[in-house]
Amino acid sequence: MAKAAASLDELQRRFGPHLNYNPPGGWHSQSGQAEEKLVKTHCCFCGQQCGIQLKVRDNRLTGFEPWEEFPFNRGMLCPKGVKRYLQGNHPDRLLDPLVRTAGGFRAGSWDEALDFTARRLREVQEKYGPDSVAVYGGASLTTEKAYLMGKFARVALGTRHIDYNGRLCMVSAGTAYKAALGVDRAPNPWADIAKAEVLMAIGANIGECAPITTDYVWRARDQGAKLIVADPRFTPIARNADLYLPVRPGTDLALLMAMLHVIVRDGLTDRAFIDAHTTGFEKTAQSVEAWNPQRAAEVSGVAPEAIEKAAHLIGESRRAMLLHARGLEHQSKGVENCEAVVAIALATGNIGREGAGAVMITGQGNGQGGREHGQKCDQLPGQRSLTDPAARRHVAQVWGIAPEDLPGPGYTAVEIMNAVHRGEIKGLLSICFNPLVSLPDANFTREALERLEFFGVIDFFLSETAAHADVVLAGSLQEEEEGVTANVEARVIHIQQAVEPPPNARRDSEIICELARRLGRGRYFSFQTPREIFEELRRASQGGLADYYGITYEKIDRQMGVFWPCPTLEHPGTPRLFEDGRFFHPDGKAHFMSLAWRDSGDPVDGEFPVYLTTGRVVSQYLSGTQTRRIGALVDQYPAPKLEIHPRLAEQLGIRTGDWVRVTSRRSAITLQAMVVRTIRPDTVFIPYHWPAGRSANRLTHRTLDPRSKIPEFKVSACRIEKAAAPAEGA
Amino acid sequence: MFGREFYVDPSRCIGCQSCLKACEECETHRGVSMINFDFVDREESIATAAYVCWHCDDPTCAQVCPADAIKKYEDGIVGSSLKPRCIGCSNCVLACPFGIPKLVPQYEQMMKCDMCYDRTSAGKRPMCATVCPSQALAYVTPETIAATRREKPVNTFWFGSQKITTKVYMMAPRDAGEIAIDVADYTWEGENELVLQAF
Repeated sequence: MAKAAASLDELQRRFGPHLNYNPPGGWHSQSGQAEEKLVKTHCCFCGQQCGIQLKVRDNRLTGFEPWEEFPFNRGMLCPKGVKRYLQGNHPDRLLDPLVRTAGGFRAGSWDEALDFTARRLREVQEKYGPDSVAVYGGASLTTEKAYLMGKFARVALGTRHIDYNGRLCMVSAGTAYKAALGVDRAPNPWADIAKAEVLMAIGANIGECAPITTDYVWRARDQGAKLIVADPRFTPIARNADLYLPVRPGTDLALLMAMLHVIVRDGLTDRAFIDAHTTGFEKTAQSVEAWNPQRAAEVSGVAPEAIEKAAHLIGESRRAMLLHARGLEHQSKGVENCEAVVAIALATGNIGREGAGAVMITGQGNGQGGREHGQKCDQLPGQRSLTDPAARRHVAQVWGIAPEDLPGPGYTAVEIMNAVHRGEIKGLLSICFNPLVSLPDANFTREALERLEFFGVIDFFLSETAAHADVVLAGSLQEEEEGVTANVEARVIHIQQAVEPPPNARRDSEIICELARRLGRGRYFSFQTPREIFEELRRASQGGLADYYGITYEKIDRQMGVFWPCPTLEHPGTPRLFEDGRFFHPDGKAHFMSLAWRDSGDPVDGEFPVYLTTGRVVSQYLSGTQTRRIGALVDQYPAPKLEIHPRLAEQLGIRTGDWVRVTSRRSAITLQAMVVRTIRPDTVFIPYHWPAGRSANRLTHRTLDPRSKIPEFKVSACRIEKAAAPAEGA
Repeated sequence: MFGREFYVDPSRCIGCQSCLKACEECETHRGVSMINFDFVDREESIATAAYVCWHCDDPTCAQVCPADAIKKYEDGIVGSSLKPRCIGCSNCVLACPFGIPKLVPQYEQMMKCDMCYDRTSAGKRPMCATVCPSQALAYVTPETIAATRREKPVNTFWFGSQKITTKVYMMAPRDAGEIAIDVADYTWEGENELVLQAF
């Protein structure tokens, strides 16, 4: 039984979100106190993982200083980074473990909360079988914690079902790169972006979702690079595009196939490269033969001439890069979309060199590192396959268990929630995940959570999801536990512990190890420090694709990051992949994947005639669990607005500031309109960071890409009508 | 000051407002942002502009201050009003042709960008230009700007017949000369220096 523990009002009074505006003690109280130190570490928000120096005094974060020597961002920060220190000393911070009561939550002792959690997990498993319990992890965890979650699920609980919120982020790109190139990683260091002479950003709102990357793009333009931007919205970087392609939501594949069609038709391919280093080109070329620019224009809404021009810009360049992010990946054909991008790079020989390549822009804080070491449902540390007997033997040996005791692959994140809803999974332990806000079809997610027999959460704030928990274990913020992450370019970096957790909160890894002990599996979790976890992770990853064996905390500090793979202590790391023309498949070749068109899972029709696409704003991070509590960030963009083109708005009699009701096949929400010419007239946009009546994900649907199992957040059908203002608090 | 100058290029701005947030965090600003930021016309365009005080060679704000509260330092930085002198009259707020100074009600004082004097005088970059993810606000040497940017720095502005030269540069298209913002500046009035130059 896991209905929300109390009324929303009551929960909000006690647990927030409240807005923190000021450093501890206020703006004017800082002089003459205890000495201040600066800790060189990284921002906790987003996959850029910008270097930052946190100011610390009396075990409290008091501000920041730019870290200008760190090469990735050279001191630059977006507003989230500037204000991230305000998540410390926050009035909403969970200071004790919480145990559910009839009327809400009460503070409990750690013994009580941990014993209860371990007992309930075991009871559910004894009653319904080991796979009746699932584990949710997150891609904002350090790599040590992510590794630990995978081991915990498989060794301490013995369940097949562990997956993570990266399933909502990077998996389409990861699946495509693995299929085409043999490895799931952006192949180029970011410095390459500034060296390109043609850049194409598709489904990537770089200015708002990867702000620091803007500088790399502008530096390329300063040197004369041409910029192509494909997006249903005229995003901030589109303002300087040489070619803007207003692609209709869910039709990027048509655009990309037509570009490849033109490249093949007009002889812009790099035949020598294709022959020497790839397989499958002819079949892929055939698959795009019918996709001439005229046909693609009809599907995508991009002019045939513009498609021709984009193809020629890339095909005629030896230094072209294609950058893509969630716009391309959050589709029921997200994997094919990314495979098409890679196919264009391969066909034109734009890969494995400075300024040439296809790169995914990873979104979550540890989006790269969090998906490499066993937190995914089908994966073991080192980006190894859970079904590969050799991989199972290696990891089982490192863990000291028998290979046959390793469970097989389980469900993905959305499939886990589906299994909860249908009663197959009865118990859930979640960390770093707020599915009630971040999964599609939020009403379905709420129903599912209410059906759980046991729900345990590890978190530092009471998220909307945690309000449904039976027990909430007060965990740690990023700055409270040392570890590593891998940034967007697969540069492994060092997260420093800047402050201690509050006295009765605990480090996440301690909580997991303690739970394992209470489940009778303590001997596999005898870690005292994150460094000990990392040492085991190094060995577990050794010989895998994401080989961390040659990486140490000290080497990271010395080199300002180490790019994996790094197989030996002497190895400097690998900033750019495939320089020798060898790809990571056993045959050493890159594999062209055949491309086939499919419609979206939620098509527009007479009743739902408008495309709805969702995304982010620069001042909020993911489900907002952290950033909806920071005053300056909330003030910048306080509530979701519906972006709508004046042509559609006029038809509906809607003006900026009017309340509108947006209805999809799932549900309806009411919000204010913002009439702008920066979006296609057949499309509306809502950012997704908010819960309940303001949740864009009440409208989205649960159709998944069949391979990556990513939801189709970027394409839903809806209708719009004017509405009365909603009641307060709705 | 250590050879670096301040350059503003609105064409690079992505509207993230990092400058605004970071300005608040500067030790001497303490929660008050001195950045001027605008969506130019959000309904029509995504264009945004963030800018700092232009630090005029002959600052209008100081000229019109009845309390002599605004000082220009030796290195060309024009400071916020001096607290003991400022009478909160808003003359400077009204007179500045760039619209920079703001009366901050809680302090009953005019405050504006002082180019992070505490930082720049110690060899550091101003907070806004350090964090700016698009480098729309940049604090670098003239040599770096010349070597890396296509646009040209301009620091002469015409407001009607008032010619203003500034410490801070605006990045303008390569073929731009001095910047005038009033159509009247481009019409023949006989005396107008800019038009005379143009012909």
